[in-house]
Amino acid sequence: MAGKQLKKKQDEIIKVKDLVKYFPVSGGIIRHTINQVKAVDGISFTINQGETLGLVGESGCGKTTVGHTMLGLMPATSGSLFFKGKDLLKLKSKEEKKMRRQIQIVFQDPYSSLDPRLPVGESIAEGLKIHKLGSRKEQFERVLEVLNWVGLEDYHAMRYPHEFSGGQRQRIGIARALILEPEFIVLDEPVSALDVSIQAQILNILKKLQRELGLSYLFIAHNLAVVEHISDRIAVMYLGKIVEITSKVDIFKKPLHPYTTALMSSIPIPDPGINKKKIALAGEIPSALNPPSGCRFHPRCPLAQEICSNEEPQLRELFKEHHVACHFAEKNY
Amino acid sequence: MKFEGSKHLLEVNNLKTFFYTDDGIVKAVDGLDFYIKKGEVFGLVGESGCGKSVTSLSIMNLIETPGNIESGEMFFEGQNILSLSEKELTQIRGNHLSMIFQQPLTSLDPVFSIGEQIKEVFDIHKKLTKDEVHKKTIDMLKIVGIPDPDSKINAYPHQMSGGQAQRVMIAMALALEPKLLIADEPTTALDVTIQSQILDLLRGLQNKFDTSIILITHDLGVIAEMADRVAVMYAGKIVEQTGVHQIFSAPLHPYTQGLLASVPILNQVKDELETIPGNVPNLIDLPPGCRFAPRCKKREEYQLNICTQIEPELFTNRENNRAVRCWLYQDFEGHKAPMKELLK
Repeated sequence: MAGKQLKKKQDEIIKVKDLVKYFPVSGGIIRHTINQVKAVDGISFTINQGETLGLVGESGCGKTTVGHTMLGLMPATSGSLFFKGKDLLKLKSKEEKKMRRQIQIVFQDPYSSLDPRLPVGESIAEGLKIHKLGSRKEQFERVLEVLNWVGLEDYHAMRYPHEFSGGQRQRIGIARALILEPEFIVLDEPVSALDVSIQAQILNILKKLQRELGLSYLFIAHNLAVVEHISDRIAVMYLGKIVEITSKVDIFKKPLHPYTTALMSSIPIPDPGINKKKIALAGEIPSALNPPSGCRFHPRCPLAQEICSNEEPQLRELFKEHHVACHFAEKNY
Repeated sequence: MKFEGSKHLLEVNNLKTFFYTDDGIVKAVDGLDFYIKKGEVFGLVGESGCGKSVTSLSIMNLIETPGNIESGEMFFEGQNILSLSEKELTQIRGNHLSMIFQQPLTSLDPVFSIGEQIKEVFDIHKKLTKDEVHKKTIDMLKIVGIPDPDSKINAYPHQMSGGQAQRVMIAMALALEPKLLIADEPTTALDVTIQSQILDLLRGLQNKFDTSIILITHDLGVIAEMADRVAVMYAGKIVEQTGVHQIFSAPLHPYTQGLLASVPILNQVKDELETIPGNVPNLIDLPPGCRFAPRCKKREEYQLNICTQIEPELFTNRENNRAVRCWLYQDFEGHKAPMKELLK
């Protein structure tokens, strides 16, 4: 279980520091860069061995960009990503390739992330081929092994993606991530496209694999209840910034950022007897092209004062291991 | 022809909608019975492919080939809408019956401004002057909470966010103050904070116009917040139907129970979530007997053979307003129902 490993030693496996990712927007006659979408604007966090960090936020907050940048699927604008103490963004490509084997990703949409013309066994084995690991026979045996880990049968290796349901495809996506024996997996909304009964199956598999293989996860999702179920610690993102990060227990017991509070109160609870007080947020998430001045949340914030529109609050440790970026976090407590 | 004294706004009897595909007949909706009372929110919940959206399209009579409404009656204020001509139907659709969809941005026409699209509703159904239509359109935008409606009336769909587009859809749907609004996954594509705004808006408008709503969703949280009565659908049939409090506090059907247990709930962390084993059946090749039987834990627990042989009816107890399609609660010839007393 993840908790046991945590107690053993708080080994840091991932450390992201001041990660920035801007997307240029070109315009004008000579198509020069006229503006930038500040998708991820200086975020830092760590993930310990065997731990799950949940990254939550609404669409456009930059959570998926964080995951993709960490995988090297897109280059970071600046910042560093330490994996077991080595900065992956500064490594030479050969060395990087070797290290990157230990970092894998599972994508949101199991329908579009598998090649429809390849039997899934081939799709799963692709990582082994790229890294030239093992003979063909060994590769095939390994494929069968990971298929069993995710609850599929040997004969499934010969089938094509269209023969599988959404939940089964997501199992294949997980198998594909597992084949290179990674230590760290980015799970990018792995259950959002699935029905609830299937979602529960996948969440249970992910927990079981973590327990048995000692994996570390970055679990990216918009559904706080799902994130709470699987995470040890949770980071809340808003418009390219982390606004609050702490243990799962603390974030639900004493959320300090008004955005976290509002986010939690807007989740409908499947219990008609509950009479919860809702905090309605006015307006919508602003564009990352021109984020608001000062605190990015201030135009929607029920607590906003003058300082909020002028001065950007820094992420500060208000309680032990509980970081929040809000001028009035004390008030919210 | 009108029913005298029919107390229900809409009554659906034995609705069947099939799709004729190359692989066979897909029985998407296979014998549905329900009613909607005036001013209530009726929740229709189920997972993908259970037939909830086909139900709503059938009520609007929007089923297209290869689909076909095989049988059934739908009485809207006592009038069977399935027997109406297209012209008579247009009178009812929009005026009395209206619908909003899951993907607001794809449901709006990209080449017309939102003002023009809302005005079209008035032009088709009401004889008003240009100025009146303009004024009414601005009013509707105000009611659904679009900021600065005087300028937004000229905006095009691509200039709106998902939440705003859904507000525009709601404005169009409620422009003529329909008696029944069908909302098909109205907030599924939206973020939670925006979802909460839209749900508040729907509830407010429902009170204001006394509209009945059929709310179709897979999200049990949304059902708990909005619905008065709930029907749970599985593989084209209603498996359980009752009041919203009963369905959450004492679900009867094993599928409903499994569905509720598999949802992670905020602040109630379990080590492991309950799952429903297996997958939804293929609607072309349905299992014999109860459609849920191959996945049912209760069937194994009580070792019921009847479940895989004979399909149960929707057993209804009118006194406590409960209905469930399950052999656990109903005797049949040699079969003795183990939990019969719970339906009483």
